[in-house]
Amino acid sequence: MFGLNAKDTSLLLIVAVLTLLAPFILNPFPEGSDLAQFNAGYPDLMQRFVIFGIFAIGFNILFGLTGYLSFGHAAFLGVGSYAAIWMMKLLSLNIIPAIIMSVIFAGLFALAVGFISLRRSGIYFSILTLAFAQMSYALAYSVLTPITGGETGLQIKPTDRPLLSNLADGEIGRANLFGLDMRASYEMEVGGWLFTFNSGYYIAAVVMLLAFYMSIRIFRSPFGMMLRAVKSNQQRMNFTGLNSKPYTLAAFVISGMYAGLAGGLMVAMDTQVGPERMFWTASGEVVLMAILGGVGTLIGPVLGAGLIKYMENILSKINDAILHQWFAFLPDGLENALVYLIHPFIGKGWHLTLGIVFMLVVIFLPGGLVEGGQRIARIFRRKKRTDSAADAAAKTPAE
Amino acid sequence: MDAIILQFLNGLDKGSAYALIALGLTLIFGTLGVVNFAHGALFMIGAFCAVTLQRLLSLSHQIVDETQKDFLGNPLKVDVPYVHDWFGPAAGQTIIEWSVPLAILFAIPVMALVGVIMERGLIKHFYKRPHADQILVTFGLAIVLQEIIKAFYGANPIPTPAPPAFTGSFDFGAFIGLDPNTIIYPYWRLIYFAFAMSVIAAVFAFLQFTTFGMVVRAGMADRETVGMLGINIDKRFTVMFAIAACVAGLAGVMYTPINSPNYHMGMDFLVLSFVVVVVGGMGSLPGAVLAGFLLGVLESFASLGVVIDLIPGINQIIIYLVAIVILLTRPRGLMGRKGVMEE
Repeated sequence: MFGLNAKDTSLLLIVAVLTLLAPFILNPFPEGSDLAQFNAGYPDLMQRFVIFGIFAIGFNILFGLTGYLSFGHAAFLGVGSYAAIWMMKLLSLNIIPAIIMSVIFAGLFALAVGFISLRRSGIYFSILTLAFAQMSYALAYSVLTPITGGETGLQIKPTDRPLLSNLADGEIGRANLFGLDMRASYEMEVGGWLFTFNSGYYIAAVVMLLAFYMSIRIFRSPFGMMLRAVKSNQQRMNFTGLNSKPYTLAAFVISGMYAGLAGGLMVAMDTQVGPERMFWTASGEVVLMAILGGVGTLIGPVLGAGLIKYMENILSKINDAILHQWFAFLPDGLENALVYLIHPFIGKGWHLTLGIVFMLVVIFLPGGLVEGGQRIARIFRRKKRTDSAADAAAKTPAE
Repeated sequence: MDAIILQFLNGLDKGSAYALIALGLTLIFGTLGVVNFAHGALFMIGAFCAVTLQRLLSLSHQIVDETQKDFLGNPLKVDVPYVHDWFGPAAGQTIIEWSVPLAILFAIPVMALVGVIMERGLIKHFYKRPHADQILVTFGLAIVLQEIIKAFYGANPIPTPAPPAFTGSFDFGAFIGLDPNTIIYPYWRLIYFAFAMSVIAAVFAFLQFTTFGMVVRAGMADRETVGMLGINIDKRFTVMFAIAACVAGLAGVMYTPINSPNYHMGMDFLVLSFVVVVVGGMGSLPGAVLAGFLLGVLESFASLGVVIDLIPGINQIIIYLVAIVILLTRPRGLMGRKGVMEE
């Protein structure tokens, strides 16, 4: 189906079902229960899951396939965001032109950066991309203030009169898709559960599914094969008379366009941009996402993006009072000791947990969560096989 | 003229910090072949050694002073640091005020220990893995270290003043025969520069003039052959890692009066230090030092009013711009050797 083989089709369908049913799946706990804080099914967070999923999928096309580690990918996200917000301020509050513009601008910027950076490889490439991203950040922060809004960034203001949107005087424009407000939600109550279906989330989710489908096609195409050849041995590839530069550059631009798409969607959801979106820690975050999930795999980056955003939003909400509540059944001394021990890892300290998880993954699971899943699956499979082998062995002597 | 000299001097102290961190990075890269993204964290830990020592020295107990009254007329409770009891009030106060220079002595064993633990505990297992893995695991380690510091010391910068003897400024203009009060330069920054130079000189002398250093240099050139000669090169490289950690830590200790330490100072310096290393040439020690000072001075010149008027925003991006130009025109950096990480 869709030009994919059976395995990929089923993967795509599973992802599609999961994303479309996410408001149910991410809200497993009834409203008002103690565990309700682990619910991730609210629109803001779900939007972030899919948008950062797109960002990570794009990063994975570059890093996973070609092995070029870019440390400046957030710059493309930022450029896309700025392009999108300007389209909304000037042309139309409809998100479609904004997103198209963000992809185009990010692509052009990626073309320029990639053309220069790809002249080097290895750590030099990482430093070059980092340098470009930091330059964009510094410029957006200071000199380009008329375009970027400097430190405060850009928002849609009551004074903005986009050409194609007829707003009443003083009405603040809202991002929409042919009149469908991005913030419109339908809430459904079933028993104690509250499920929110947000139009912005579903639009972002559909875009992510398209992006995911595209990335499967790229992975399975001759072009993807060529990129893998670059990763495994670029020198040998050059010896065979192939110029690898157009392929790596194309991968770089595609992945920059994915970042721009994510940036455009981000603006479509919250209609604001700030330069901190381009800071190198943001670039580092997408690296973390891809590695945590599993670099070079199809589904890994999406999982990694989901995991990090979940930790960022849920772990950081837990505080000491909640911990005390959980461990209330323990004797007081033990309870306090446990809370004291766990305290640095939660709330504002969630980065510590992230860092430790990340290190453990890099050390023990270089293939990320996907490899972890495969290993677990293999253990079960092996057990079955040894069982049948043992059966066979038990039978033979009996003859 | 005086503006130029002033900017040059201003560039030196930042350049010293860049040079020291880049020197440590290059030492680690040249000996162990590891790209250490946690080096900025070592710089930060060094700075927090100074904070820790300052706090330890200021540990105090409360006594009731009958001679002083608070506004209600009750006897005033005053905190008396223990060092005041041990060494007398005057000497004790001096010790507290001199906590930053004293922290050098405190930081050396701490940083050496941290370095050895890092190398033996984690980085040892990554020699055979690709550079990308080394970058990633040390990046993770940097996050962990900085979050640990944040958990203990909070997120706000902690002021750590220099000893009062060095708090003033030096009239450099009068010293070199220009009009007085044209070039005013804080003493501590001069001291930082002198300190950086002596640390750099010590590291180079150690590598150049001792047998240990000779073996290490031989190991940097050809690790396998040195190993085959029956020398335990791994042990020596571990020591070099500890030395590199000390250099970064000392850079951090002495930097605290210039900028109050906070938990993300390491990351801020790390990104720039990497640029410095790459500009200087991967694996070249003199290159790292030279590029450190060069970029520090360039950055400070770019923030001259005249230059900013000419090219707005140049002070923010000059280092990256130089790095891009150098990487594209001189692929090995300023002083990089042939065959070291060219790809």
